[in-house]
Amino acid sequence: MFLKFILRNALRHRLRTSLTALGIFVAILAFGLLSTVIEAWFSGVNTASSSRIITRSSVSLVFPLPATYREKLRQVEGVTGVAGVNWFGGVYQETKNFFPQFAVDPEDYFPLYPEYLIPEADYKEFLRDRKGAIVGRKLADTYGWRVGDVVPLKGMIYPGNWEFVVRAIYEGRDSKVDTSQFFFHWDYLNERVKILMPRRANYYGLYVLGIADPDRAAETGRVIDAQFRNSLAETLTETERAFQLSFVSMVETLVVAIRVVSYLVIFIIMAVMANTMAMSARERLSEYATLKALGFKPFSVGGLIVGESMAIALIGGALGVIATFPVAEMFRRLVGSLFPVFEVSQATVMLQFVCAAVVGIVAAVIPSVRAARVQIAAGLRAVA
Amino acid sequence: MRIPFSYSLRNLWARRLTTALTAAGLALVVFVFATVLMLEQGLRSTLVATGAYDNVLVIRRSAGTEVQSAIDRTQAGVVESQPEVSLGLDGQPLVSKEVLVLISLPKRDSGSPSNVVIRGATERGLVLRPQVQITQGRIWRPGSSEIVVGRSIADRFEGVAIGQQLRFGMRDWTVVGIFDAGKSGFDSEIWGDADQMMQAFRRVNFSSMVMRLNDPTAFDALKARLEADPRLTVEAKREKVFYEEQSEALARFIRYLGITLSIIFSVGAIIGAMITMYASVAARTGEIGTLRALGFQRGSILAAFLTEALLLGAVGGGVGVAMASSMQLITVSTVNWQSFSELAFSFDLTPKIIASAMAFAIGMGLLGGVLPAAQAARMKIVDSLRAA
Repeated sequence: MFLKFILRNALRHRLRTSLTALGIFVAILAFGLLSTVIEAWFSGVNTASSSRIITRSSVSLVFPLPATYREKLRQVEGVTGVAGVNWFGGVYQETKNFFPQFAVDPEDYFPLYPEYLIPEADYKEFLRDRKGAIVGRKLADTYGWRVGDVVPLKGMIYPGNWEFVVRAIYEGRDSKVDTSQFFFHWDYLNERVKILMPRRANYYGLYVLGIADPDRAAETGRVIDAQFRNSLAETLTETERAFQLSFVSMVETLVVAIRVVSYLVIFIIMAVMANTMAMSARERLSEYATLKALGFKPFSVGGLIVGESMAIALIGGALGVIATFPVAEMFRRLVGSLFPVFEVSQATVMLQFVCAAVVGIVAAVIPSVRAARVQIAAGLRAVA
Repeated sequence: MRIPFSYSLRNLWARRLTTALTAAGLALVVFVFATVLMLEQGLRSTLVATGAYDNVLVIRRSAGTEVQSAIDRTQAGVVESQPEVSLGLDGQPLVSKEVLVLISLPKRDSGSPSNVVIRGATERGLVLRPQVQITQGRIWRPGSSEIVVGRSIADRFEGVAIGQQLRFGMRDWTVVGIFDAGKSGFDSEIWGDADQMMQAFRRVNFSSMVMRLNDPTAFDALKARLEADPRLTVEAKREKVFYEEQSEALARFIRYLGITLSIIFSVGAIIGAMITMYASVAARTGEIGTLRALGFQRGSILAAFLTEALLLGAVGGGVGVAMASSMQLITVSTVNWQSFSELAFSFDLTPKIIASAMAFAIGMGLLGGVLPAAQAARMKIVDSLRAA
């Protein structure tokens, strides 16, 4: 009976109700997209493995570490594997085609990353070919590469034109794994650098270390950093998670701005919704007075307005949540490789519903209090 | 016959709560819109102010940024002996050969490290950038491990007060001064002696060269000669153009994100305005009938309601711009992806931004008001009088 009343009330002003629901729909959709963008930003942090630590120059990432550190790192207790990595920073055809490229120690790097699934036969081919490259599934799909294709890159950090042959395509163990990366042999890079720029040869940008016991990551890090203290290249060792987080924190301001803005959109829609409910309640003041005259308690009268507000907000919100998925998918295609992982998470969906419910309740507060307090005589006399 | 302007104005006043809520929604949208434009403008003006038109910056070909670039001494010698290079008072060419590296420093507010540019410069570098002025302390002594820090760095990073020491390149560097670079990108840098820096970082190459042209129009000739010279692998850019390009990716990102958001948000606000105007029309059906009976034309009714919607938009726009203007007090800093280093910039409100924000607000009001106003204008006199 009560529910029917609420729904009937909501449908009295079809245009107004549908416009309001549309507003909620847009707001919840926008909120969901923005949350997903923020999550995508943090994806590297969330997928970081606790069994890997990163050793890099303590001054900053632009300072490389000597290749001789590799064997020293391997001898540190608790370290199960060491792989050197260099950021290549090449351009494929045009500057806007950005994707991360790494020169890695092929035999050592991939065993550290069990989440990259590489076909065994292709991996062997990759190891055999010094110009070989392993690319992620998403990256390969973006540019239509297949195994055997030649990919030319123009070096920005290492000048010149570089050619690679795609030897394998890796898949992610789950959808959270970044499959937009490009890996190739560090030796290929180093041999050419030796000839062209001998002073820059035999250096790694950073080392990825596998450790036996994740609980002792901090201790292992301290041992490593102590070993290289007061050398030409002092090191800073941190967990993969902390390392990834340091990248995100660089653009902290932008993340904060997006977060603020995503709540702002909820505020805007709250104003719109509150407006709708205020108008409806004002028009129906005499009805509420009638209900009260019939013996309904102020609480029930107020409840009518809250219920109507909630109904509109939740319907609009639910549609917004449903629409988030296809729109996010479209957005992912548009931005291409900018975000390696772009998925609407469960937490986002929950938050969307919470926001819709909060909008529904808050928007109804003032009108329902007003309706609950209306004096029967005054209300009956009032004309909308 | 026109319906007086005060009719529309008073109608808004008569329904204050609704007007305020609708205008608040519009104001928030305008606020976001204006803020984004201000941010982009602030970023641009910071980086544009960094370069001078008659300065030429030379970096390694296809390096993109100063940090990635390397120019060896032989090439540097060829570049600085070009006839277009202006001579200083001492008869030496006005050229500053500089070395740039990034170090990470902890931020004061969050403690998280961020990349900061260290520029090994020369005294000529200061002559070439007249906007750089020492405001506290003194300049570094040539040949010493002394550094001066930019204003933005001094404000937001730990351990860079005068007298404190920074450790990098196996040395302790003493901060001896703070400089103000007139809100340019140099404010986010640390400067010291180029030769000392090169020693400390074991570099043999310079990162970039800056030089003054003796004739600003001679740039094209110089660029063509330098880039055609087989001994050189460099490219030359006007300093101003170079720094403008450095901001491009970030500025574009801010603009696209901001405009997308503004459009999505504006849908919400337009709906709000529409609901308000529809209600306003519905509540005044009798009034509209009376006005029509008095002899006001449909066009006048339409105009009156449109005016009301426009006023609503203007109020929202005014409030939004006022809120946005308070953002000018805030300075933000973030990592510029292209140079991979921290850059501080502020929100910059220009008359153009005010104009476009107001136009945006009034446009939203208009879009929200057009349908309800048309509905009001289409009403039949008899029906609407009866409805009352």
